[in-house]
Formats: sequence, C-alpha cells, structure tokens
Amino acid sequence: MATTAAGTEAPAFYDLDPHEHPAGGSTMLGFWLYLMSDCLIFAMLFAAWGVYGSAYAGGPTPKELFDLKLVAVNTAMLLFSSLTYGLAMIASDEDRRGATLGWLAATAVFGAAFLGIELYEFSHLLHEGAGPQRSAFLSSFFTLVGTHGLHVTFGLVWLAVLMVQVARGGLIPANVRRLQCLSLFWHFLDVIWIGVFTFVYLLGVLR
Amino acid sequence: MSDTLLKTIFGRLTLESFPIHEPILIATFAMVALGGVALVGALTYFKLWGWLWRDWFTSVDHKKIGIMYMVLGLVMLLRGFADAIMMRLQQAMAFGGNEGYLNAHHYDQIFTAHGVIMIFFVAMPFVTGLMNYVVPLQIGARDVSFPFLNNFSFWMTTAGAVIVMASLFVGEFARTGWLAMAPLSGLDYSPDVGVDYYIWALQVAGVGTLLSGVNLIATIVKMRAPGMTLMKMPIFTWSALTTNVLIVAAFPILTAVLAMLSLDRYVGTNFFTNTLGGNPMMYVNMIWIWGHPEVYILILPAFGVFSEVTSTFTGKRLFGYTSMVYALLVITILAYLVWLHHFFTMGSGASVNSFFGITTMIISIPTGAKIFNWLFTMYKGRIRFELPMMWTIAFMLTFVIGGMTGVLLAVPPADFVLHNSLFLVAHFHNVIIGGVLFGMFAGINYWWPKAFGYTLDKRWGTISFWCWVVGFWVAFTPLYILGLMGVTRRLRHFEDPSLQIWFVIAGIGVAIIAMGILALLIQLYVSVRDRERLRDVTGDPWGGRTLEWATSSPPPEYNFAFTPVVHDLDAWYDMKSREAERPVGGFRDIHMPKNTAAGVVLAGLSAVTALAMIWYMWWLAILAFAGIVGFAIWHSFDYDGDYHIPAEEVARVEDARTHSLASTKPAEA
Amino acid sequence: MTRFLRALPLLALPALAGCDWVVMNPAGDVARQQANLILWSTFLMLLIIVPVMVLTVLFAWRYRATNRDAEYKPDWDHSTGLELVIWSAPLLIIIALGALTWVATHTLDPYRPLSRLAAGKPVPAGQRPLEVQVVSLDWKWLFIYPEQGIATVNELVVPVDRQVRFRLTSSSVMNTFYVPAMAGMIYTMPGMETKLHAVLNRPGRFEGASANYSGAGFSDMRFPTLAMDSTGFDRWVAAVKGGGQRLDTRAYLTLERPSEKVPTLRFAAIEPRLFERAVQMCVRPGQACMGDTMGHGTHPPVNNRPAQPGRPEGALQKEPGEKGSSPHMSAPHGQPAGNASPEDDGSNRNMTRLDPHALPGRPVSGLS
Repeated sequence: MATTAAGTEAPAFYDLDPHEHPAGGSTMLGFWLYLMSDCLIFAMLFAAWGVYGSAYAGGPTPKELFDLKLVAVNTAMLLFSSLTYGLAMIASDEDRRGATLGWLAATAVFGAAFLGIELYEFSHLLHEGAGPQRSAFLSSFFTLVGTHGLHVTFGLVWLAVLMVQVARGGLIPANVRRLQCLSLFWHFLDVIWIGVFTFVYLLGVLR
Repeated sequence: MSDTLLKTIFGRLTLESFPIHEPILIATFAMVALGGVALVGALTYFKLWGWLWRDWFTSVDHKKIGIMYMVLGLVMLLRGFADAIMMRLQQAMAFGGNEGYLNAHHYDQIFTAHGVIMIFFVAMPFVTGLMNYVVPLQIGARDVSFPFLNNFSFWMTTAGAVIVMASLFVGEFARTGWLAMAPLSGLDYSPDVGVDYYIWALQVAGVGTLLSGVNLIATIVKMRAPGMTLMKMPIFTWSALTTNVLIVAAFPILTAVLAMLSLDRYVGTNFFTNTLGGNPMMYVNMIWIWGHPEVYILILPAFGVFSEVTSTFTGKRLFGYTSMVYALLVITILAYLVWLHHFFTMGSGASVNSFFGITTMIISIPTGAKIFNWLFTMYKGRIRFELPMMWTIAFMLTFVIGGMTGVLLAVPPADFVLHNSLFLVAHFHNVIIGGVLFGMFAGINYWWPKAFGYTLDKRWGTISFWCWVVGFWVAFTPLYILGLMGVTRRLRHFEDPSLQIWFVIAGIGVAIIAMGILALLIQLYVSVRDRERLRDVTGDPWGGRTLEWATSSPPPEYNFAFTPVVHDLDAWYDMKSREAERPVGGFRDIHMPKNTAAGVVLAGLSAVTALAMIWYMWWLAILAFAGIVGFAIWHSFDYDGDYHIPAEEVARVEDARTHSLASTKPAEA
Repeated sequence: MTRFLRALPLLALPALAGCDWVVMNPAGDVARQQANLILWSTFLMLLIIVPVMVLTVLFAWRYRATNRDAEYKPDWDHSTGLELVIWSAPLLIIIALGALTWVATHTLDPYRPLSRLAAGKPVPAGQRPLEVQVVSLDWKWLFIYPEQGIATVNELVVPVDRQVRFRLTSSSVMNTFYVPAMAGMIYTMPGMETKLHAVLNRPGRFEGASANYSGAGFSDMRFPTLAMDSTGFDRWVAAVKGGGQRLDTRAYLTLERPSEKVPTLRFAAIEPRLFERAVQMCVRPGQACMGDTMGHGTHPPVNNRPAQPGRPEGALQKEPGEKGSSPHMSAPHGQPAGNASPEDDGSNRNMTRLDPHALPGRPVSGLS
C-alpha cells in the first residue's frame, strides 16, 4: 500500500486503491435531517396551538366542533396506511415488485381516505361558520391540521409517481432508496398525527 | 367588467406600480438597465452565454457554486451599502427645519431593505459560499453529498435576492424594519405589497439556506477522508458543521412564523392580529427564536476562518483545538436559550429577564476562550502579516469591544436604557462588521489563490483594509455615544441640533468605508489584471496546513485524484513534513455528477410563483406552482445524473500538475 | 477599599457630564441606578478586555516573522494550566456579573414599586404614587391623569421626588415609552397593559420619545417631559383644568386616527375608565370588551375580542375588484386622516399630515 512513502514507517497518505462509494450513501442521513427540520415546523405549529388553543374570541369551542368518532376513524385510516406501507417495504426487501406495488396502492387508498375525511371535516366546519378567520383557536387548528394534510397530499403525489417508477424501472437501488425515503416520510406523518390527535382533538375536547 | 378582467389578470399591479415619476429611481433603473444591456451585449459579443450556462449556471461543482455565492454576496453588498449611505446622509441632514431629502415612505423602506439585504443576501451568501467552497476540499471529498441540491439551493437564494431587487422598481419594499414585527406587518397596518415582497423573498431564499444546511451536514458527516475522525477535522469544518446544525434547527422556525404571517395576510387568520384572539407578541417571540441562532450562523464560520488563518500565518498548530471545538458546541446549544434578550423591555418579569440575561452572558465564556486560543496561537509563533492575518488581528481588537457592549446589553436593567438605541445599532454592527465581514474578507483573501491560482494584490488590499477598519470606528463610535445620549434608532428627523455633529462624523465614517469598498473592487480588478505577476503554481502559497492546500490551484473538477488519508489534525502539514509523495500514476475513472439546468428552472418558477402571490395574480401563481411540481416529477424520472471522468483525462490533468510543480522546484530550493 | 469601589462610578461621572450624555447623567433615580450598573458592568468586563487587547498587540508585535530573536515553537498547542485560566477567568467575571444582574434586575424591575426616591432617601410613608395612564396613538402620546381628572397629548408633567406609576398601552401597533432622563423604556402593546415605576429627582425639561418604530410618523413621536416641584405641578394642573375641553369617547376616537407632529394638547376633564377601555380596545361604542368575551377559556388570552368593523379580508378572499393597487409612491398617499369622518377609522397609515383644527383638545403654543 505505502508505495509512495519515502520512509519505511511512513504510512499511506493517499488511498490508491479506492472502491467506489455506492451512490446515494448520504441520502438517508440527508432525508432524516430534512425530516427533523420539518418536525421543527410542526413544533412551532404545536407551540402556536399551545398559545392559541383556547383563544376562542367568543366563538365556538373544540367541544362544540370536534367529532371525535370521525377523527378516530380518520386516525385509523392513517395508521392502516402506515401498516400497508410497512408491508410494501417488506415486499420490496424480498424483491417482489407486484406485491410492493399492491401494498403501495393500498397505502394510497388509505391515505386518500384520510384526506377525504379531513376535507369533509373542514368543509363541515366552514359550513358552520367556524373557518380559520373566526378566532385564533381556529386559525391555529386549521394551520396545524391543514399543514399535516398538505404533507399527506404531497406524500400521495410522491407515492403515485414512485409507483409509476417502480412499475417501469423495477426495484433498482435508486427506486428502493426512494421507497425508503417515502417510508420515513410516511411514518413521520403518522407520528405527527398521533401528536395532533392527542393534543388537538383529545385534549382540546377535554379542555 | 374590463376592470375586473384586468384585476383578475394583473392583480393589484397597475401602471402606477412603476416609479415613473421618481427621478432617483428612474436614473437608478436606467443605470441598471444600461449596465444590464451592456453586460448582455458583451456576453453575446464574446459568445460567453454558452460558457456561463454550461460551466457556471448549471454546474453542480461545489467550487463553482461557492464562487457564485460569493459573487451574489458582493453584488448585494453594493446594494445594501447604497442603502446605508442614504440613511447616513438623511440622518446627517435632517435637523430642525430641515426634513432631509427622504420622506418617511422612502426612508422606512431603506432601513428595512438595508437590514434584510445585509443579513440574508450579503452575510448569508458569503458564509454559505465559503463553506461550500472550502469544506469538501478540507475533508478530502470530491463534492458535497447532494450536488444537484447544492445548485438548487444557490438559485433559490438568488431568486430571493431577485425578488428583493424587484421591489425597488415595481411597487415597494416593506416599511416595517428588518424583522417585520407584527402587528405593524399585518394586513391592517401594512396592506401594500412591501411586506409580501419581504415574506416571499425570505421564504424562497430560506428554502435554499435550509437545503444547503442539510447538504453540508450530510457532507461533513458522511464524506470525510479516511482517517479523519471528528477530532481530526479542520476547525473551519467544525465551525461549518455547527453552523449548519444551527441552520437546520433554526430556519424551519422562520419558515413557520413567516407562513403564519402570510396566512394572516392571505387567508385572514388571526395569529398576530390585535383581534379575535391574535397575539402579536407571539410573532416577536417566534421570530427571535430563529433570529438569535441566526447571529451565530453568521459568526461561527467567521470564527472558523480566523482559526485557520491564525494557525497558518503564525506557522503553528492551533492552540487548544479541543477547547475550540467544545466552545463551538457550547455556543451552538446556548444560541437557543437566549432569544428573549432581544425584548427584555416587553415586561416579562425580573426572573425571566435575569435567566435570559445570564444565559446570554454565559455565551461570552466560550467566545472569550476562543479569543484566548487565537491569542495563544500567536504566542511563540512566526506571524506573517499577510492580508488574512491583518483582518484577523483587526477582528480581535474590534470584536472584543462588540462583545463587551453585547454583554452589557444582556444586563436587563442596562438594556432598559440602551435597547433600540443607537448604542444597540453600534453594537450589532460592531460584531457583524467586525466579526462576520472581517472574517469574510480574511477568508476571501486567504482562499482566493486556491480558487483562482493567483493571490490578491496586497497593496490595494491593504488600502481597503485600513479604510474599512478606520471607517468602521469613525462611523460607529458616534453611534455608541449617541446611544448614551438617549438617541434611539430608525429616526428620520431630529430636533436637537447638538446631535448633528455626531451624525456628520458617522457619515464621514461611512464615506471612508465606501473608499474601502472601492479599494476592494480595485483590488479585485488589479489582481485579475496582474494575475501572471501574482500567479501561484504550488497550490499552497501560504504554507497551509489543511487538505485544500494539497490540490492544485484552482483544484481540478474532481478535487483529489486519489482520496487523501489523514493521520493528523493538520493533515497537509503532516504530509509535507513527512514528505508524502503525490501519486503520479495508476489513475482510475472518477465518478462525478452531471450538470443540470433543473436548479435554474425550479428556482425561476419559484420566483414567478412568489411574484404572482405578491401581486395577487392567482392564476399565474397556480400555473407556476403546477410548473414546479410537474417539472420536479419529470426531473425525478431522469436516473442518469452522473458520468465518469476517464482515467486518461485524470492522468492528463495530473501530469500537467506534476509538470508545473517540477518547474517551481528550483525556486523552492 | 469598599469606599473606593463605591466611589468608582462617581469617578467616571465628571468625564461624562461634560457632554450631554443623558443616559449616563440622568435626572431620575431609576435611570441613575441603571447608569451605575452600566459603569460597573463595563468595569468588570474591562478587567478581561483590556489585557486581551494589550496581549493581542503585544504578541502581534513580539512574534512578527521578521523578529528572529523571538522564540518559535511551531508544535506548542496545548497547556492545561492555560486552558484552565482562559476558561475560568471569563467564568469568574460572568459569575460576578451574573450575580449583579440577578440582583439589579429584580430591584429595578419596572413593575415593582420604588423602594427609594434617591440614594439614602426612602419613599416617605403614606406618599401615594402619582398614576399616569399612557396610550401610544398613531403617532402621538396620550397621558391621562385619573387622580387629577385631566389629560394631555405629547406633554408629560410630573412632580419632583414623587413616585410615578405609569400604566401603559397602545391603540394600534407596538411603541416603546422612553424618557432617558427618568428610567428605562417599556413597550406599549395593543390589548395589553405594561407598568413602569419611576421618579424624577430634579426639576427640568427632558426629552421623551417612542423608541420602537411604529410607522410613517414615528420620528415625531416626541413629548417634552417636565419635572416640577409640587406647587408648580398643582399650578399646572389648575391651568389645564381651566382649559375647558373634555376627553370623551368621541375626542379619543378622533385623536386615535393617524396624525403626526402633533403639538401639545390639553384636556380639562376626562371620561372615566377611558384607559381601561383603551387597553381592552373597546373604546368605540358597540365594541365588546375582552372581559365580555372571555367566557370559555380557563385563562384569559390577550386580545380575545371580536373583530373591528371594516377589518380587511385575507387577500385570497378578495374579489378582483377589491384587490386594490399598490402604487409606487414617492410621497404620502391617500386621504389625510385628519379630515376623515369619524366612521373611517383612519387606517391609512401612509398619510402623515397634521390638521390641528381637526384634533380635539386645547393646543398649547410655547411650553410653560
């Protein structure tokens, strides 16, 4: 190895026999970092909820607005979607393209159901005159839950694109890496939703 | 009907939005336009468009992106400094019956723009540019972790700068101060486009900053040369790591708070309004939770530069490397525990104020330790007073004063009389000019030969140096004094004629700084003109100690033909002293990322989206946003983002280097 | 030694008193203590700053490359002893400064009633503080004296050596109440009340101003602050009372509209509880106060009150015709607020014209 060194004991100063780094070696770390920054955005929105959560300004309160049963169904949808995503990842580990695509499709269905229920809830609130303009409580509610919903929407678009890519290119390393990133993203949204469900809905109704 | 149609298409943009009856702006615009036409003409005439596009704009090479960041910072420095001159002139004139030459409408935009531009579009590009250029070289890497993302980040930052510049000619900029405090920045009190320009410029540039932070952390964590453990990492890389940790942990907060402000303005929510449960003080808190770490985001890389420079130009190992690293880490953590010291006067209560005051003071302990470490690096060294070292010593003498006044402002009762005063203004210019900007100048002079293969002219550099240092003290000592005379900031007009002399002196100081900037530009020009005289073929003109000096100047596209192996903190010094030989054969193909236009396209579409949102052109915003999503999806189908530099090409480049090194050998002996 | 230390801040004073450095040479006891704190802190920090600066210059000179006599130790990079010193020296100073800060922050808390009028001069038993209610309006200051039943605009008069308790709020955006000669500053915030306790120890005319940028007319939010002996103060109160104008809801609402460079105005009588309504932002008839709408919450959040009429909609909710335009302006634009009807709440904050006839109150030319 130490062919270039002058002295006998001098170590190697250059890696003369490099093995190529696998492409995308930093991708997972980079994506984690991005998720942590996203997590901070949610942290600020939760902080805002903490401050504004009871600023009803004479308007409706969580007790009057929230339908916990509906939210529970919604939560179940998202949790199921995480489960099916996990199954998709297992299938991709076993290099089964068809099964992977199938589980991804199931994830998309559950995700879409979650979004649909959320949109129904929002439209119901707007219909009752409890829009984000009504009070700071509703502003922070719509912003926090809506931001989460936007993330889910983005995740669904990504999921659809990725399904096309997997269907076309198969489970090549680049696609598996993308699946892993989306997996992180999807489970992350799940964790955030647990926070939303607990702090916004449950504690909101208890307040 | 046609009016409705016009409003639907153009939103609130009307012919009146263009400053057609404003001679100063018309002249400025004419000059910018003429300059632009001349530039475009010259580029076309010399057929440089293709070169610019292929070799620079679409480049994913961290070195070129770093240089583009520095160019952006320099251009915006001129704009921000023009604002400073206008403010100083106004304040030196407007006494008693004299209203000065700027009305409130203009003056308020100018001090807002000055702050925003200097922080976001001068200091940030400089800092990011230096880190981008130097870090991969220092850790022996061939590029950053995500080269395409790096290009995209740069163009997002540039798009933010373009949005701010657009406000000069179309509509107006915010009249709120650089942090756009609510409720003044809300729809009730600032209905015009100014605050929207502010929000969207920062949001677009913020995406770039955040992604570049993620990128550099991943690079430093994952791509260090073999043998380079964390505690063998060059100190500048350490400072870059802590800086980027701060960026990733702080900029999302800015994104969130500005998003809430824009929801207030666009959707009519009640976060920071005076009504319906809104709380403007939440804005103050949240923006400073980002704002204070931002200060350290700017200063830590400068600390890194000073550490490298001191060690190189004293010809000594850095004193107390370990304690330097721990000092950086302590500062990083404490940066999040001090934000409330920006508003002690809100009336938070004595215990809260004392807590934040004392945590602020504690930051001065690691900072003080760093100053001592530089001091003891100089001790028993052989100090060569090249330009970077001169900037470092000027920094040490200037910054301690800024640090002292900073700790003074951290004492809540003292802050009660000094807050929002010109003393405060003098303090933060003292640390930002005396710390960040001096650091950037040290860094530019230090690494310029690495980037271009020739050193910067010392004579003009020295003139620039003295103008800056003297000008700084002449400009800001009067502001310290005025602060102690009870004069507060952002005033457009004064009654007490006895104050005028101080403002005139400050104005003279700014004129001296202006000469410093002029000398800097001349220095750049002279250096390019005399580049053969200033040529350095060794790649190591200063007797450097870290790996970036192991390469040729400028380094080849791939940085290192063979990845270096690190055995010591000062890796290159170690290699030199143990006479490590540069490998001259056995090259292999090198795997590199391809250039791409995606960054330019995405950032351009983002700017269009932002401008459409600012002017309420909903259709265009929707269209441009759909364009972003569509393009990103289309881009994700391109799996072919890299290529190989063939071994013969590497051999050719390395042989040329061997040749030119051999030609200098007799001179060295 | 202790006597020397106690005299130390005083030693620095003559140098400073030469100039008109009002922050260092104030007329009120609170500001005096704050100035002393500045001197003490500076002194403590100079203990370390001066040696550092001297050593920097010394080392730079001594170890210059051309000085071949100086010792050169290129590999010397660590010394545990030195490390201990360079971390502990700043630490010790910060411990001292931190202790000083903790004590001073608590004794000089603006919310805390004064314990003394000046050094060695406790607050006389039974002396009630003078209450002054302060409202920062767009771009002027309203001072209400509830005890005396008078009010002024842009003129603050207080008796010498009597504790003043300021209760402060703002009508629209944030401002900062600052009389450098008297005491430190404090924010005035819409929908919130802050407090400041202060005293002026010598008669005279001092400057007061807003220290927090608040819009176009901010530069001229100045008010003279006059300290008078108690008979002078009583005479002044009597003179104001003789003026005739009354500060009622209607007058307040006219005053509230943006105007700049407002001269001193005086009101001989006041409507009760105006300040309390200003804090709750419900001066306008028909507006519910926060207290009325807090029914639901467990703790009262600030600003928890209904919207004002005519509040702008979010941009996305506007019809095309409502988007308005955003002209590039070289001069103030819009209707001068001074002439607007009272229904128009004068949210045009671009305009900065003074129309004294439109403002209520008795203008005073030339100050007493």
